[in-house]
Amino acid sequence: MTILGLTGDEAVAYAVKQGKVDIVAAYPITPQTIMVERFSKYVADGEVHTGYVCVESEHSALSACVGASLTGARVFTATASQGLALMHEMLYIASGLRCPIVMGVANRALSAPINIHGDHSDMMGSRDSGWVQIYAENAQESYDWTLMAFKIAEDESVQLPVSVNLDGFIISHCMEGVDVLEDSVVDEFLQSRKPLFTVDPEKPITVGALCFTDYYFEFKRQQVEAMLNVRGVLDKVCKEYRGIACRDYGVLETFGMEDAEAAVICLGSTAGTAREVARRLRAQGKKVGVVKLWLYRPFPTDEVRAALRHVKALAVFDRAISFGAPYGALCSDVVSALHTLEESPQIFNVVYGLGGRDIQPSDIELVFNEALETAKTGIVKEPTMFLGVRD
Amino acid sequence: MVTLKELPIEELFASGHRLCAGCGEGIINRMTMKALRGPTIIVAATGCSEVATTIYPYTSWRLPWAHVAFENAAAVASGIVEAYRAMARRGAWSRHVDVIAMAGDGGTYDIGIQALSGALERGHDFLYICYDNEAYMNTGIQRSGATPHGADTTTSPAGSVIPGKPEWKKDLIGICAAHGIEYAATASPAYWNDYITKVRKGIEVNGPAVIDVLSPCPLGWRHDSARSIELVRLAVETRYYPVYEFERGKYKLNLNISKPKPVEEFLKLQGRFGHLFKPTYRKDVIDEIQQNVDANWNRILKLCAQN
Repeated sequence: MTILGLTGDEAVAYAVKQGKVDIVAAYPITPQTIMVERFSKYVADGEVHTGYVCVESEHSALSACVGASLTGARVFTATASQGLALMHEMLYIASGLRCPIVMGVANRALSAPINIHGDHSDMMGSRDSGWVQIYAENAQESYDWTLMAFKIAEDESVQLPVSVNLDGFIISHCMEGVDVLEDSVVDEFLQSRKPLFTVDPEKPITVGALCFTDYYFEFKRQQVEAMLNVRGVLDKVCKEYRGIACRDYGVLETFGMEDAEAAVICLGSTAGTAREVARRLRAQGKKVGVVKLWLYRPFPTDEVRAALRHVKALAVFDRAISFGAPYGALCSDVVSALHTLEESPQIFNVVYGLGGRDIQPSDIELVFNEALETAKTGIVKEPTMFLGVRD
Repeated sequence: MVTLKELPIEELFASGHRLCAGCGEGIINRMTMKALRGPTIIVAATGCSEVATTIYPYTSWRLPWAHVAFENAAAVASGIVEAYRAMARRGAWSRHVDVIAMAGDGGTYDIGIQALSGALERGHDFLYICYDNEAYMNTGIQRSGATPHGADTTTSPAGSVIPGKPEWKKDLIGICAAHGIEYAATASPAYWNDYITKVRKGIEVNGPAVIDVLSPCPLGWRHDSARSIELVRLAVETRYYPVYEFERGKYKLNLNISKPKPVEEFLKLQGRFGHLFKPTYRKDVIDEIQQNVDANWNRILKLCAQN
């Protein structure tokens, strides 16, 4: 076993290095930059064969990635916040052209006002772009998921881009002990990409043709199918990964849900804090639990329903605002997943941590207590709680 | 310069596409294909050529062709070029592949200039061809940074106060040359052997090369589609569109026009300049254009004389 002291960004870069990626095209943006800084050092030191394309914008980063991916190459990029927003047009094209690109996203708030710290506004604004979205809780998960992401993206039945999300600064910049695999083990797990179609001059194809009313819809329907296929592929990949890394992954992770009456569901690093608070409350006899989603797109509806079926009250944590919507993005999805249950839990939304505002154990304890109260009374006092904001 | 006998018979750009009669892009596509030296991939920006040659499930291209978006042909080409190099380093690819990006003037002078500049600065080995029809023709004739002064477009309409586009055309070759690339050139499809020779040169250059080729647009220029080639010859003969190249730091005039025709002869055949002739003869604007043509010609002569 090899334990390296790595930040989340460095852990991603290390996984990309072991993944024998052909092309990395990226543009610097805080808090992602360390990923590509570390990676460009691997290139400079001749540790990888990768072509590092130092593009002049994130739009060109993803454009170059799409071009590279069409040749059959394995491709990685990384971004955050404004950079992801600038890529927005290309996100849809990458998925529409079925390019299995992997992207590390160090999630960061969107301007204005400008802010460099972590929240999920960037990726939530891209949630319908046809990318598979995975959220890591810490540096270890960032490393593990980056390796698995290539395998999921490149699977014959998927052929879709995958984003591995890590909370800006909280994960991207915090150093942890990361258990890394041996190169030879990664080689065995992650073999060369086997593309279905490429722009090979020996077998010419036309990519990105104009599709009118007579074909466009069918292409989009195929993307829906590919997204559905992610589920089975992800399970298979996680199982294989368990065999080499002895770490368990899946679409979600639960804590205390076997008997919880009140629960929280969240993404990313907040899950670790929530679990610790839940552990303490459960020791006091309070029946609380935590559901952490690893997979956000495609949304694991069945597993979310199964995990939350028996709770009486549920707080859904959104680290982003969906202005004018009934709930934040995650909460809307959870409500959609649960609304056909015979007895859906009472649900309220917790919007928190915007612009990197810290979330303390005491904040989460407050939410658990509110959820327990809701479980007892059956009444939601406030559909959306803005946790930690000064009104 | 290349001769007819040297051109391949094979047509990699198939007939049956849906470009307009008299469109320069179809002619340019076909001639470009005649200049290839081996396995090639075409990257296309969004625009007329893309929408008229690849209407799913049909395609006019008998070689790999990829369209990704409007503003990023140069960036996509960068990715393709570097991906083949990287795959070769790990032993997964052995052949050389030429990459040609093709975009309109909107996708080059305006929205694509950043991606082009980045790719030129990074020095990827590819050829970039701009079909310069001097406006956004695909979206219905809006002015671009390549639209000439005085032209009537739907966003620089000739009005009672403003007689067409007030601004002048950007110097794309100067911009590209300033990146220190090895090769940049202008061309007119009326001089097919000049164009084909330049495409081949651009492919053979080790690093980025750029060609701006004047592409007549009967719809946007509003001329008789049977006279497209005549018109782009006149563009050269009037010195309106000088044909020259920039090679390893040196400028060279390829078509010396010693007795230029007045620019008016080029303008008067086109509806986009019709308001300069009727209902009132706008000698002032035509003179201004002629002065600009003369000044630009002298500027290029000076650049060539510096060699």
